[in-house]
Amino acid sequence: MEAFFTYGFLQRALFAGIFVAVACSMLGLFLILRRDAMIGHGLAHVAFGGVAFGLFLNMMPLATALGVTVLASWAVIKLKEKAGLHGDSAIAVFSSVGMAIGILLATLAHNLNVDLLSFLFGDILAIEPIEVWLSIGLAAAVVASILINYHQLMFLTFDREAARAAGIRPQGLDFQLTVLTAITVVLGMKVVGILLVTALLVMPAAAGLQLASNFKQALWISAVVAFLSVTGGLAAAFAFDLPASAAIVLLAFSIFGALFLLRRRKRF
Amino acid sequence: MSEEKEAQSSSGTKNALELVRVDGVSFKYDAGPNVLEEISLTIQAGDFLALLGPNGSGKTTLVKLILGLLKPLAGNVFIKGRPVEEFEEWPKIGYVPQKATHVDPFFPASVREVVAMALFSRRGASLKKSKEEEKAIATALQSVGMEDFMGRPVSRLSGGQQQRVFIARAIVHSPELLILDEPTAGVDAVTQERFYEMLYQLNKQRAITILLVTHDIGVVTMHVNKVACVNQRLTYHGTHEDFCQSEAFKAMLAAGHLVSHRH
Repeated sequence: MEAFFTYGFLQRALFAGIFVAVACSMLGLFLILRRDAMIGHGLAHVAFGGVAFGLFLNMMPLATALGVTVLASWAVIKLKEKAGLHGDSAIAVFSSVGMAIGILLATLAHNLNVDLLSFLFGDILAIEPIEVWLSIGLAAAVVASILINYHQLMFLTFDREAARAAGIRPQGLDFQLTVLTAITVVLGMKVVGILLVTALLVMPAAAGLQLASNFKQALWISAVVAFLSVTGGLAAAFAFDLPASAAIVLLAFSIFGALFLLRRRKRF
Repeated sequence: MSEEKEAQSSSGTKNALELVRVDGVSFKYDAGPNVLEEISLTIQAGDFLALLGPNGSGKTTLVKLILGLLKPLAGNVFIKGRPVEEFEEWPKIGYVPQKATHVDPFFPASVREVVAMALFSRRGASLKKSKEEEKAIATALQSVGMEDFMGRPVSRLSGGQQQRVFIARAIVHSPELLILDEPTAGVDAVTQERFYEMLYQLNKQRAITILLVTHDIGVVTMHVNKVACVNQRLTYHGTHEDFCQSEAFKAMLAAGHLVSHRH
C-alpha cells in the first residue's frame, strides 16, 4: 500500500486504470444487455492496426489508434445498415482487416514488434503522464455521455420498439455507444492490452448483473468491481512481480466468480 | 353491453375529436408482396377499438405505420391532424408492443425503473426524480394494481404482472391514445379477464382512447365500441354491434381466426 504513495509510476497507473476501468464497466453493462459484448473484442483488433499505423509513421500510437478505431466503429454501423449484415459479421470484417494491417505494418517496419507487444499485453506501469491525463479526460467524457443519456439508453436497451415509439431516435444513440466503446477500448488497451481489453468491458458488468435487482445497483456494483480489480490487481502485480494486466483480469474474474456463487446460494 | 358503454360508444362516434387517420395506406417489406393495401380508417377520441385479423394479416404492421416506425409505400397517416412524420407529441401516445413480456431474465430493471423509462425518455442528465414524477409513477402503477411491486425486478414477475407494468409505463404520461399489440398472448384466461376489465376502466375513467390488437372475440363483444378487421385490406370498420352481424365476423369465425376466453 505504501508503494502507491511512494512511486509516481504506480500512482499514474492507478489513476488511469481506475478511470478507464470504471468507464469500461458502465459501458459494458449496456453492451452485455444489448448482446453486443464482442464489439469490444472486434474493435480491439482494429486498434491493433491503429497502433501499428502510429508506430509505423512514428506518431503517438494511442492517438492514431483512437482515430482509426472511432472511424472503424462508424464503418461497422454503416456496413450493418447498407450491406444488411448482422452486427457480429460487420465487426468480424473490420477486426480481421485491422489485425491484417497491423501484421503487415509490423512485418514491413521490422523493428515494431517490441513496441507492439506492449500494446498487445498492456503496460500500465509504463504509462506516460500525458497518457494519464488523456485517459482520465476521455474516461470522464465516456461516463458523462452515459449519464446524460442514461434514461434513453436504458429504455432503448430494454425495449427498443417501445423506446422508438416513445420518440427516442436510436441511430444517434447507437452511434454514440459504438464510438464510446471505440474510445474505451483504446484506453483499455494501455491498461490490460488489446488481447484482454474485452475483460474490462465484460467482467465487472457481468459481476454487477449477478447481484443487482435494479439498473442503478448494477451500474454501482460494476463500477466497484472495476475499481477493486484495478487496485487489487496492481497491488498484487507490484507485490508478487506479476504482469499487471493478467493480475487485473484474473482478479476481476475471481470477483465475478464469487458473486456468481453468492447469487446461486441466495437462490437455493 | 351496458347502457354506460353504449352511451360512450355513441358519443365517441358523433362528436369526437379525430386522433388517428389512416388514409389509403399500402405497405410491403422490401421485395415481398403487399402486406397492406389501401387501408383507410379513423380512431376518434374516447374509442375503444379492437383491431382484428388472422395471423400475418398486417395488424402489427398497421400499428407500426400508425406509430411512424414504418413508412407507408402509399398513403398517409395523421395523428391529431398532423402527418405522422411531423408529429412530436409522442408522450401522448402510449404503446405496449407485441412481445413486451419477453423480458430478458438478466435485465436488472425494477418495476419503478421500467415505468420511469417512459417518463424520462426525453430527459437529460438528472438521475433524480422530482416529487411530481414519483407521484406520476405511483399513480400509473396504482391504475394497474401494481403499486406494491415498485422495487421488484420486473424479470421476476409473472406474464400478467409484467403486462400490467408495461401498461403502467405506457400510461405514465397520461396519454390520449394507448396502443396494445396482442397484450394477453401467453396470459391465462382469468388474468386476461381482469386485464380487459382494467383496460375498460382506463378507457372509461381516465378517458384514454384505446387501440387493441387482439384475436379474442370475447373482448369484442364485452368491452370495445369499435372494430376494424384487417386481412391485407380493411374488411370491416365500424361499431361492434354491426360487426357481430357482419359477413367479416362470420368469415373470421368460420376460418377459426378468432378465439374466445372466459367472458
